[in-house]
Amino acid sequence: MTDSTMTVAVDWTSEQGAARRRRRHAADRRLRAYGIGAISLAIGLLAILIITLAATGYKAFVQTMVEVDFTISADLVKADDIPAGNFRAVVANAMSKLFPEVEGRETRELKQILTNNTRFIVRDAVIADPSVIGGTMTLRVPASDPFDQLNKREISRDLPEDQRRVNDRQITWFDKLDAEGRISTPFNWGLFFNADSRFPELAGLAGAIVGSFYALLVCFLISFPVGIAAAVYLEEFAPKNRLTDLIEVNINNLAAVPSVVFGLLGLAVFLNFFGLPRSAPLVGGMVLALMTLPTIIIVTRAALKSVPPSIREAALGMGASKHQTITHHVLPLALPGILTGTIIGLAQALGETAPLLLIGMNAFITSPPGGLMEASTALPTQVFIWADSPERGFVARTSAGILVLLGFLIVMNAIAIFLRQRLERTW
Amino acid sequence: MNDTAMSALATEATNPQTVRTPDEHPTNFKIGANDVSVFYGNKQALFDVSIDIPERAVTAFIGPSGCGKSTFLRCFNRMNDTIDIARVTGRIEIDGREINESDIDVVELRARVGMVFQKPNPFPKSIFENVAYGPRIHGIASSKSELDDIVISSLERAGLASEVKDRLAEPGTGLSGGQQQRLCIARAIAVNPEVILMDEPCSALDPIATARIEELIDELRQNYTIVIVTHSMQQAARVSQRTAMFHLGYLVEEGPTDQMFTNPREKRTQDYITGRFG
Amino acid sequence: MFGYAVLLIIALSLVAFYVGRAQGAAFVGGDVKSHSLPAYHGAFVAVWVGIPAFVLVLIWVALQGIVVDQALLGSLPASMTEGASASQLRLFLSEIKNVAAGRIFSEPTPEIQAAAETYIRWQGIARWAMLVAATALMVVALVIARSRLSTRFRARNNVERVMSGLMVFCSTVAILTTLGIIASLLFEAFRFFEQVPVTEFLFGLNWEPQIRLREDQIAGAGAFGAVPVFVGTLLIATIAMLVATPIGLFTAIFLVEYASDRVRNIIKPIMEILAGIPTVVYGFFAVLTVAPAIREFGSLMGIAVSPNSALAAGGVMGIMIIPFISSLSDDALKAVPRAMRDGSLALGATRGETMTKVLLPAALPGIMGGILLALSRAIGETMIVVMAAGLIATLTLNPIDSVTTVTVQIVTLLIGDTEFDSPKTLAAFALGLVLFVVTLSLNVLALHIVRKYREQYE
Repeated sequence: MTDSTMTVAVDWTSEQGAARRRRRHAADRRLRAYGIGAISLAIGLLAILIITLAATGYKAFVQTMVEVDFTISADLVKADDIPAGNFRAVVANAMSKLFPEVEGRETRELKQILTNNTRFIVRDAVIADPSVIGGTMTLRVPASDPFDQLNKREISRDLPEDQRRVNDRQITWFDKLDAEGRISTPFNWGLFFNADSRFPELAGLAGAIVGSFYALLVCFLISFPVGIAAAVYLEEFAPKNRLTDLIEVNINNLAAVPSVVFGLLGLAVFLNFFGLPRSAPLVGGMVLALMTLPTIIIVTRAALKSVPPSIREAALGMGASKHQTITHHVLPLALPGILTGTIIGLAQALGETAPLLLIGMNAFITSPPGGLMEASTALPTQVFIWADSPERGFVARTSAGILVLLGFLIVMNAIAIFLRQRLERTW
Repeated sequence: MNDTAMSALATEATNPQTVRTPDEHPTNFKIGANDVSVFYGNKQALFDVSIDIPERAVTAFIGPSGCGKSTFLRCFNRMNDTIDIARVTGRIEIDGREINESDIDVVELRARVGMVFQKPNPFPKSIFENVAYGPRIHGIASSKSELDDIVISSLERAGLASEVKDRLAEPGTGLSGGQQQRLCIARAIAVNPEVILMDEPCSALDPIATARIEELIDELRQNYTIVIVTHSMQQAARVSQRTAMFHLGYLVEEGPTDQMFTNPREKRTQDYITGRFG
Repeated sequence: MFGYAVLLIIALSLVAFYVGRAQGAAFVGGDVKSHSLPAYHGAFVAVWVGIPAFVLVLIWVALQGIVVDQALLGSLPASMTEGASASQLRLFLSEIKNVAAGRIFSEPTPEIQAAAETYIRWQGIARWAMLVAATALMVVALVIARSRLSTRFRARNNVERVMSGLMVFCSTVAILTTLGIIASLLFEAFRFFEQVPVTEFLFGLNWEPQIRLREDQIAGAGAFGAVPVFVGTLLIATIAMLVATPIGLFTAIFLVEYASDRVRNIIKPIMEILAGIPTVVYGFFAVLTVAPAIREFGSLMGIAVSPNSALAAGGVMGIMIIPFISSLSDDALKAVPRAMRDGSLALGATRGETMTKVLLPAALPGIMGGILLALSRAIGETMIVVMAAGLIATLTLNPIDSVTTVTVQIVTLLIGDTEFDSPKTLAAFALGLVLFVVTLSLNVLALHIVRKYREQYE
């Protein structure tokens, strides 16, 4: 080996070499810039998503209300049969008293200011307090969707009359009510305490929240014990053979089956074969449980794996049986990890929509479900129903529904993170 | 070897070397380190080490594991930069040029100071591509045939050419451990460095492969300045001309290898060499 | 009623536990050392009381409907049931149940009225019979289990054996789920293929399930050539991958090679948020923001973009998939040993060169596996396309046209009241079968590639 075999000597000092190095560093910086660009794009898109939802949704958290004095005359409402009373006339009279000058066909336009269901609201109020019959009752009634939007400046007064859903006369009336201090915009409790409605101003999430709660409850009651039992068996007891291999592969693949296929399963097996009722949170919960099961099994196994073998050996060495070792020592130590994973799995189940659509949890249901077998919606399917509704007012409701859904998800994930940080230990 | 290359680093160097050890014959020093300390986060791994490395000779760093010898070696090509929490202080000069200064291009520095790692780490590419990688990124070859020449001559210098000539297209990961390590040496010398750092290059190899590498190191010494970290005193005695002994992050003693092994000045060196600890 | 039955079982099991434990406690302190702790004696009794009763109730609930239905049909006058088709019989049953539930749409015939009353009566009997049977079973079990307890009785081993059996059963739930999916898809799909030939379904170019084209057509339904649906699915999935792959990959590259720990700790949770947003939210985002924006942009350029363009649905789906690609690529890049990276850097390569010339090629199989997993996700994604893609199956590759997908068709065919014998609803299961087979193959392939890749560096 001599110098003669060295074929090339690099001239690092040359301008050419320096230029080459500059080019290489530029390429390096370019790749870095692409990375920053990609991340900025992803974060930017997330920001746009959240900002649009917040911007369209926040207005649904307040509701325009109109204060109206209803005269409940004993002629129209009989004390012995209140539900049969003529509340339509009660409402009409109340509006006429506010605007005595309005007559004939225009009274219909006048009544459009209030929500279509005003007479039922009045009826329920009278049923709750029959003593008002023969007297006057002042109620705050939701304004109908167009006037709600007029008040929230989503309908521009500058548009030509034929291009907006409220005409000039109605605006004058509304402004008069406003001047009298009868218009208010309080927090929209109805969003949380009303069930669904065809009228945006009355539609709320109560039914969906209760439905989602029931479905998640069923999902938890099934997937948590079954998932832990399966994981303990596979991790601690199962012999290494064909069958357990098959189960393992199967669990991994099940985790990646499209959610809509689980919906088909629920439809064919739970509804069609076992004849369980459509739209029931019980069925929704069972389908979600099957979807969540692989997640819980996988996280539980990871948590069991992280418990050091020395703990098991110590317990077995004391003469504990394998079952005792696991229930007394291993499971309690793995519990924080299992709980964290379970909450995250349930959060995923809460956002799942497609399988619930197939088992009919997108029905139009105007009261919260009273039990597991009653027809119901869930939060994400309610969002889907509203997103599909043509009324303008539902756009804001949809965004608000999404914000509520995201709120629940954030709370669940926060609990999971808290648990992980507080309880999990490293060995 | 190529003086142009050296002068690039030595442009500002006027009076490069001060000879520190009075009893020594060689002396052109290639690398000079002054008060070098390395911190990993809050933990100090190396304490004020000063040493000179002679040119075209093999210098061995010995000492028990965790003594900072590898950490120190990685300062010479600034590989500690790749560890987020590592911080290096002190001066390291190669041909009189401070390498930690901001105007030093680390890419150029590492092309001149090659490195061979503890475990052979060929890229998951063909044998040819492994050796051609360096010349390609540095634009050393101007044509395909020139690149072929560089690859072949590097493989020859690494003593691997005869074994792999007919299977240059096969993956480098398919070679035996010793062959892989020689491939990594070939890969390092393909960019024509001035210094080669070797971080326990034989620790993952069997005795026969180790002997082969040691022979190779002895041959390479004619053209390159070699610094080798080793665990084994015998290896240091066999391949190196100078030896530096490290303990707990401190440089204990350094000097000509024969003197270190026959007549160490420090008791700790003697204890280590005679096997009292290690 | 099921709820009451469960409560009853829990209550009686608790009683059984205390009874057994009390008996077990009596064994302690005798001349012979008791084999098991009192609590295990209690658990032994409780298990034998609770589990058989629970299984009985489950079976009862599952079969009660079917048995009662058959009995009802049997009780109907022969004049009604003779010669009636299966679907007619089903109609009778649903009418009887409607009448029984008080949902009367038209005046029922006296036979139906009578049957409804019978139905209500039988329902009541069946419920009470279930409670009585369960209670009887539990009492018998309690007596038998108690009689087996003794000082040297191995209660613990018995309880543990039952527990092991339960755990084995729970492990098979996942397999049962898969079997259930396969069975229900195959069963309904075969019924579909009895009416529509497989070849027409797989290769036909015309998909109009809702419309009756000709009077004499099979089952009076529309056309079931699914090629336009498959093409639409692939078009939208491709757009999604074109959006997600570069963004996800560059994100992973940045996080692995350039980002400091601090930056990584900020960006990773943000990516997790992106992954945690429910798909229905993305769907609404597509409808509310992205589709109008694309339309607006198109009209500025003088191009007419469909309101449900494949571009809008695919683009938003791409956003959803970014975190999948980035985290799977991140894992793949991190799996390349650090020695590779060091080797390249020590040769004087820049970080970019190390990434593009060493790490990326080495991680390529892992990244490919990740991309396949993401593709399977895109094909199976439902809500975004249900909300943002079209319903009409057009055979086109134009991204600004409206196309439909497999999942959209499944959902639209099955939403609303479904009769399980029209080809329209059965077609959904045939599509589901195709979807299941394709996504499963992609997953198996991807997991195989990823595993092979992992093994290479272990």
